[in-house]
Amino acid sequence: MNKDIKTKIDVKNLNLFYGSNQALFDIDVNLYQNKITALIGPSGCGKSTFLRCINRMNDLIPIVKIDGKIIIDKKNIYDKDVDEVSVRKRVGMVFQQPNPFPKSIYDNVAYAPLKHGMLKKGKDCDELVETSLIKAGLWNEVKDKLTTPGTSLSGGQQQRLCIARTIAIKPEVILMDEPTSALDPISTEKIEALMLELKQDYTIITVTHNMQQAARVADYTAFFHLGKLIEYDVTETIFVNPTNKKTEDYITGRFG
Amino acid sequence: MIKRKKKNKEHNPFYDPTLKKRHVSAKRFKKFTLTSLIFSVAFLAFFLFDMIGKGLPAFNISYVKVDVTFNEKTLEDTRFAVATEYRTLVSRAALRDLPKLLEENPTYMNSTQNIWILASSQVDQYIKNHNHNLKDKDIAKVDELYAQGLIEKRFNAIFFTNGDSKIPEYAGIFSAVIGSILTLIITMAVAFPIGVMTAIYLEEFAGDNKFTRFIEININNLAAIPSILFGLLGLAIFINLFGMPRSSPLVGGLTLALMTLPIIIVSSRAALRAVPDSIRQAGYGLGLNKIQVTRDHVLPLAFPGIMTGSIIGLAQAMGETAPLIIIGMIAFIPDAPSMVTQAATVMPAQLFTWAGMPEGMYIEKTAAGILVLLTILISLNAIAIYLRKKLEVKW
Repeated sequence: MNKDIKTKIDVKNLNLFYGSNQALFDIDVNLYQNKITALIGPSGCGKSTFLRCINRMNDLIPIVKIDGKIIIDKKNIYDKDVDEVSVRKRVGMVFQQPNPFPKSIYDNVAYAPLKHGMLKKGKDCDELVETSLIKAGLWNEVKDKLTTPGTSLSGGQQQRLCIARTIAIKPEVILMDEPTSALDPISTEKIEALMLELKQDYTIITVTHNMQQAARVADYTAFFHLGKLIEYDVTETIFVNPTNKKTEDYITGRFG
Repeated sequence: MIKRKKKNKEHNPFYDPTLKKRHVSAKRFKKFTLTSLIFSVAFLAFFLFDMIGKGLPAFNISYVKVDVTFNEKTLEDTRFAVATEYRTLVSRAALRDLPKLLEENPTYMNSTQNIWILASSQVDQYIKNHNHNLKDKDIAKVDELYAQGLIEKRFNAIFFTNGDSKIPEYAGIFSAVIGSILTLIITMAVAFPIGVMTAIYLEEFAGDNKFTRFIEININNLAAIPSILFGLLGLAIFINLFGMPRSSPLVGGLTLALMTLPIIIVSSRAALRAVPDSIRQAGYGLGLNKIQVTRDHVLPLAFPGIMTGSIIGLAQAMGETAPLIIIGMIAFIPDAPSMVTQAATVMPAQLFTWAGMPEGMYIEKTAAGILVLLTILISLNAIAIYLRKKLEVKW
């Protein structure tokens, strides 16, 4: 591996329990800065659960118990003196179903930065909305109708609006939980192009069920099976020359 | 022809001998449901028709044109203002108010004026062909005056501006309407915020454990408790323990609030639960905290549902009589209350009082009162629907 690759997220011995049910077993992995890492694996393998550990979304489920460390910028985000709300501000998330707020396009983007006190209403806010929408590749389509509800857009546009909304709070990491599984191929293509562009500025971790998508966009790929991280390597290696038999079986479509 | 049909059946691969029977039973089922619908609509139509038929005459009231003498003697005892033969035809209450009429028209002093004055309830009922107990000689006089056009029916403004009265033609619904409004303001001011906040806590903050399930069961049970028990509770707590004034809209409103609370809590919880979880996820994913997510994203979506439940609760509280009888809001209230601590009555309690009166005029006032109550309820619902449509966030 190259020297200029920097570890952004260092996961150490992560175990996760739903009540008495263990869902993740000893996950140990380094996720790299300004790279796209794809998490693949059959349904129920824990890849989404793992993704949601990285911005502490699992804290919202009362029965979840988490052991181990996730170190971002030399700080374990599960330390007692870390507030999960501030973690989520630095680690943004895009969901499977586009879920814009039932507000105008403008407010969808501006709401969180205003609430975080990053800026005040007015010119700064307008600029932030514009740059976020430009980065998300949505500006040209919506610049004349910023006051219409975000829900009036098409599915693909809504998903890009959700990405713009996430970019607006200036996170360092963006988590994507199957961001294109509810979209048509053309919208998917746009989102993928957007991901490749965004990795210049952000560390992206995406969950996907779509092997081709992982092969197309991801720099690194991690294969999960039954709550365990089976294999993690450069995407090409995983797809062309996997070391583990299970990985090979899954990628070639023998199960999953 | 018949022969051919039979032949067709034999060659029909879709022919199923049980089908005919099944179709018949399906048709019968449809007829049953339709009959039920017709029954319920018929009951409703009958009720409305009856109320309108009985109530509409009350919106008119008879006036009679007689000579009224204004001088010091008649002002002292207003009965003498009208000639003896007409005395029974004129409303006692209207005669009592003659000094007020004189104040408005000072030139009437020491003169005899031929003016329109409110007729007694018996004359009014006779004119409307209802039961009356006028004597034969009075009937002759009324017929004579009516033939001369000296008795006429006018719009009954008194019904809308007066409070209750022991003189039927002077009784009105005004003080009961004001009492109802004050009571409902208290009810909503207490029940709405507490109910919605409780629902938010149970739905957004509390986990699913034995304690919350216990509370949930109890709230659902509260909604099914006979309302008269809430009256006893209000009597025991608000009047006996806290010493709040009896018969007042304050106590009535608080009692009805207790009754409305479970309805608001249950419907608000349902509305909150119907908000898709993805909205909350989106909010938390952006690093927003609980109050920002709940207040700015979840509540606006749940608001129409919360409104609907609250209006249903409000309408129920408005029609409630039993608990208010217990706390004394059935009192005789001629003057509208101006404060929530004064004695008051509410519309359904007023109707209850009138319904027990023997005079025919109170019967039509009861029906008219029901029409007023229904009108207010329907407008309340209309406002609710309008608000819901206007505030509904497109999703």
